[in-house]
Amino acid sequence: MKILVTVKRVTDYERKVKIAPDGKSLLTDGMSFVANPFDEIAVEEALRLNKAHGGEVVVVSVGPKDSTQEIRKALAMGAHRGILVTAETVDSDVYARALQQLVEKEQPELVIMGKQNTDDDANQEGQLLAGYLNWPQATFASKEAGLDSADEKAQKPGLVVDNGQLTVVREADGGLEHLSVDLPAIVTTDLRLNQPRFASLPGIMKAKKKKVEEFSLGDLGVDPAPKLTYVAYSEPKERQAGQIVENIDALVDRLRNEAKVI
Amino acid sequence: MSNILVVAEHNDGTLAKATLTCVSFAQEAAKRTGGVVHGLVTGSGTSAVAEELAKYVSVVHHADAPAFEHSLAETKAQAITIGADAAQASVVAMAATAHGKDTLPRAAALNGAGMASDIIGFAADSGLQFLRPIQAGNIIAACEIATERKYVSTRPTDFEAAEELQSPGTVQALTVNVPSPKTRFVQFAKVASNRPQLTEATTVVSGGRGLKDAKGFPELIEPLADKLSAAIGASRAVVDSGWVPNDMQVGQTGKVVAPNLYIAVGISGAIQHVAGMKGSKTIVAINKDPEAPIFQVADYGLVEDLFKAIPELTSKL
Ligand SMILES: Cc1cc2nc3c(=O)[nH]c(=O)nc-3n(C[C@H](O)[C@H](O)[C@H](O)COP(=O)(O)OP(=O)(O)OC[C@H]3O[C@@H](n4cnc5c(N)ncnc54)[C@H](O)[C@@H]3O)c2cc1C
Ligand SMILES: Nc1ncnc2c1ncn2[C@@H]1O[C@H](COP(=O)(O)O)[C@@H](O)[C@H]1O
Repeated sequence: MKILVTVKRVTDYERKVKIAPDGKSLLTDGMSFVANPFDEIAVEEALRLNKAHGGEVVVVSVGPKDSTQEIRKALAMGAHRGILVTAETVDSDVYARALQQLVEKEQPELVIMGKQNTDDDANQEGQLLAGYLNWPQATFASKEAGLDSADEKAQKPGLVVDNGQLTVVREADGGLEHLSVDLPAIVTTDLRLNQPRFASLPGIMKAKKKKVEEFSLGDLGVDPAPKLTYVAYSEPKERQAGQIVENIDALVDRLRNEAKVI
Repeated sequence: MSNILVVAEHNDGTLAKATLTCVSFAQEAAKRTGGVVHGLVTGSGTSAVAEELAKYVSVVHHADAPAFEHSLAETKAQAITIGADAAQASVVAMAATAHGKDTLPRAAALNGAGMASDIIGFAADSGLQFLRPIQAGNIIAACEIATERKYVSTRPTDFEAAEELQSPGTVQALTVNVPSPKTRFVQFAKVASNRPQLTEATTVVSGGRGLKDAKGFPELIEPLADKLSAAIGASRAVVDSGWVPNDMQVGQTGKVVAPNLYIAVGISGAIQHVAGMKGSKTIVAINKDPEAPIFQVADYGLVEDLFKAIPELTSKL
């Protein structure tokens, strides 16, 4: 089975990004970057499916040239080859149309993506791509058992592929929804799908020799005009730290008589 | 084309409260475009939901057919684009619940329209620039959608639920012929609970890894939540461990809540957790580590061992 997985280069979620003085852009110089954590889960799932069903795992990213680093990380985890589409934008729609072209070129049976990127939390890429391709989608893929389960330790995939069909357990409001979709399909990963592996040293060495193709939006015939643009950035109103109370009696008193919330 | 279409969500025959918060966004948007608010209900046997929504919007487009029995993104997205045409909508909006997040972007793509997710308001007093939190809520971005029809999902905690109109709107049948879908609903494993819903509760008690193991929830958090008629939330750490169901996770990648009172018990206050609860009116943190970042956002902090503090708090309420 050929699987395409997407990896987006995002700012390190442990660090705060600053706003430029004119409020029109973000200052990312000197920031460290990582692969979007949801995408590591996507790569892990693709590798588990690959172990079970064979085939190929192709990692794709759309973004700045440096995204090659995140592609290489996925190759070090075990993916087979990479594709980078160079683009300077923040618009999900441009990304989705670029991915659509790659999917049409590569003809995978399954595309696994993260549910959201931690830079802007758009949570729409997989759904957009599914819409453009008119493929079925199963977003927020999860597992029935917790990540501590024996199955997880046995590294079994959470996605079940059988006979051209994919069964997915998805995180919905109020419970877990079980869906079955025809392949080809788009899946987006939630946090509980798996525990991503670390790249091994031999993995990192091998990754250096793996092929990463590069295209521009123009090569793929993708219109670079964004549909969504960010025009200004500002800081949210921050909460002030309040008071430390000395004991439960004081806490109950404040909640009752000062905040009046109980 | 200046109307606003609100796509409804309903569960077990009841209109979701989140949809009403989206209606109040739509009312403000309609003022700006000079249009009126329409609604879209899809489902099977959902006349009561359509009637209910008509109390809040001028026209309800009602696509009622067996094909819509389960809210599958694949079929519902098609209904949305047809509803958007019928409503002559310049803005199509849906609450950013799990269901809204799943469905709306797909419809935007079918429509070739631009979409902004999880918006929390307008950037200016007029026009259609929207605000949305990015970077785990550390930055608010003002955004613009270039296409004539704009898709937005709205964050339920940032809009009040709409009030009923003086006279209800009309309900119109909407015919949507969907080809047989490539998605099949298998089952829904519902989390049984007789507590208020996490996103709608006025009080939320959340537990974190400080509870040590899964027993912490039934033994400590539940009795306290019972006393306060509160919903129960959790940090990612405990959800990942399987102590509580996924849908209890509060945070950047879980649910966003804004109750009157939020009590964080044994939660360190990682930025990803705080992103989901910092809109709460009053925040209480109970943690034995005085350096825990949660105290930076708490109105009232108590530095104490939770195994001592929680039973005492529960008994004194
Ligand atoms: C991509 C991504 C997305 C994420 N999304 C979310 C999200 O949506 N929501 C979320 O919550 N997290 C999220 N996280 C995880 C987040 O970064 C933290 O790891 C998580 O919130 C920590 O959970 P915790 O506070 O329960 O555990 P810990 O950080 O381990 O904190 C436990 C706290 O309990 C206190 N404690 C221990 N024992 C006691 C005791 N006896 N009495 C009192 N206090 C005690 C400790 O002092 C400590 O402060 C995300 C992370 C990533 C990378
Ligand atoms: N530029 C990109 N390149 C590759 N994958 C992306 C890109 N943007 C988004 N994605 C994928 O889409 C998922 C959801 O992202 P988003 O909808 O932007 O929050 C991410 O986890 C990625 O897997």
